[in-house]
Amino acid sequence: MKKYFKPGVFILGTVPFLLILYKIFLNKLGPEPVKEITHFTGEWTLIFICLTLLMSPLKRFTKLSVWISFRRTLGLFVFFYATLHLLTYVGLDYRFNWSPILDDVVKKKYIFIGFAAWLLLLPLAITSSQKMVLLLGNNWKKLHRLIYVIAIFGSLHYIWLSKTIFFRPLVYLIIILVLLALRIKIKNRNINYG
Amino acid sequence: MKKIKYSEITPEKIYKNRRSFIKSIGLGASSLAISTIPFANKSLANEKDKLTSYKDITTYNNYYEFGTSKGDPYRNSQIFKTSPWDISIEGEVEKPIKLSMEEISEMFVSEERIYRLRCVEGWSMVIPWMGFSLSELLSKVNPTNKAKFVEFESVYDPAQMKGQRYPVLNWPYNEGLRIDEAMHPLTTVVTGLYGKKLPNQNGAPFRIFIPWKYGFKSAKAIVKIKFVENMPTSSWMWASPREYGFYSNVNPNVDHPRWSQATERIIGEGVWAPRVKTLMFNGYGDEVASLYTGMDLKKYF
Repeated sequence: MKKYFKPGVFILGTVPFLLILYKIFLNKLGPEPVKEITHFTGEWTLIFICLTLLMSPLKRFTKLSVWISFRRTLGLFVFFYATLHLLTYVGLDYRFNWSPILDDVVKKKYIFIGFAAWLLLLPLAITSSQKMVLLLGNNWKKLHRLIYVIAIFGSLHYIWLSKTIFFRPLVYLIIILVLLALRIKIKNRNINYG
Repeated sequence: MKKIKYSEITPEKIYKNRRSFIKSIGLGASSLAISTIPFANKSLANEKDKLTSYKDITTYNNYYEFGTSKGDPYRNSQIFKTSPWDISIEGEVEKPIKLSMEEISEMFVSEERIYRLRCVEGWSMVIPWMGFSLSELLSKVNPTNKAKFVEFESVYDPAQMKGQRYPVLNWPYNEGLRIDEAMHPLTTVVTGLYGKKLPNQNGAPFRIFIPWKYGFKSAKAIVKIKFVENMPTSSWMWASPREYGFYSNVNPNVDHPRWSQATERIIGEGVWAPRVKTLMFNGYGDEVASLYTGMDLKKYF
């Protein structure tokens, strides 16, 4: 049974991708399809960030280590959807027309922070293999704490681009803050218990 | 003369075919009341075939009174009551008046007016409105010499408009124009679209449309028009003065703080269509640029 878990997580992770492909090729994205794809890939990036951050608290609460084995797959899906999100914006929306894009990165803080978050994901994706874990040792753990920064950047990216109603983006920020707060507790406990 | 008969139902294809037929036999300004304003059609002569579909125009709306997502207005406005409906014209005028929608339909002849709509969010449509110049209506009152601006107040009815139950904007929706802008022949009172009665989600029964300004300037479901001395604070200015100015003319050179206004996406063009360049004053510069001579449009955005 257990051996099906990881492939299962992988298959579930591809579902949103297949769904958006289906919608693109069957014209089910409504009057502003490019915007739909941008929002869709962006939101799934955030969902996978939350899921990735959820694994270690789950391990702690359920006392099952199996959760940790999903973390790498989930993390790579963060990178996958973030990259699709970026490509939609740069390629599909702006046709690799760099001058307005660079202008946006410099002038619009939500684009700046979103782009920064994607850049920070790069080293994490590159060092995701088992080999890299062994090679980097303790530094690997330190490096991969960047996901905390990425998570905050990602939710700010969403909040700053919203027009008036911050409800949905706020929900993501709150979830991410809670997930991060759970980690601070772990630390304190470790200190208390020596 | 009675106002335009809203043809019972004009399917879009027939509607478009009829238009191209009329065009081809050269009866452009015929008795069918096709844009009697010459310049209204000039810049759009070849855009008639690119009319946005009736479906997109009526299901993809920003109308926060009925909800904040684009499909909400269509979903939530169907039982909205638009009759009886009165519009009062008041404020700095010699004699305020109140007109019912019926009286307005009797008094003014609606004609077809094909205008581009540019939303501040960076998308655009081409819409065959039915309507008449707001100036015709405003000329029914005599403003006092104090009057400098015209303020538009939309209906406040949270029982029917569920979006108004939340403080998303400073309800009721409020917009304003300088008097010369309001009196400009392109500034239109909209009573219909695609030859049909104006759907509720598009601002029925009485909305305005100002083709050279971002869409939010064109207030919907208006109940009060007020001549005032001082520049009104519109709902969007009130929500975020840094992002929404009083003028809000379509201007590709002045970015919204959070997104560029240099280009736009045309609704209905599909996923592979590229963005197109946004035109100054949404392409109506020949008609309206003179209203802003000498003004720094970066400052007065």
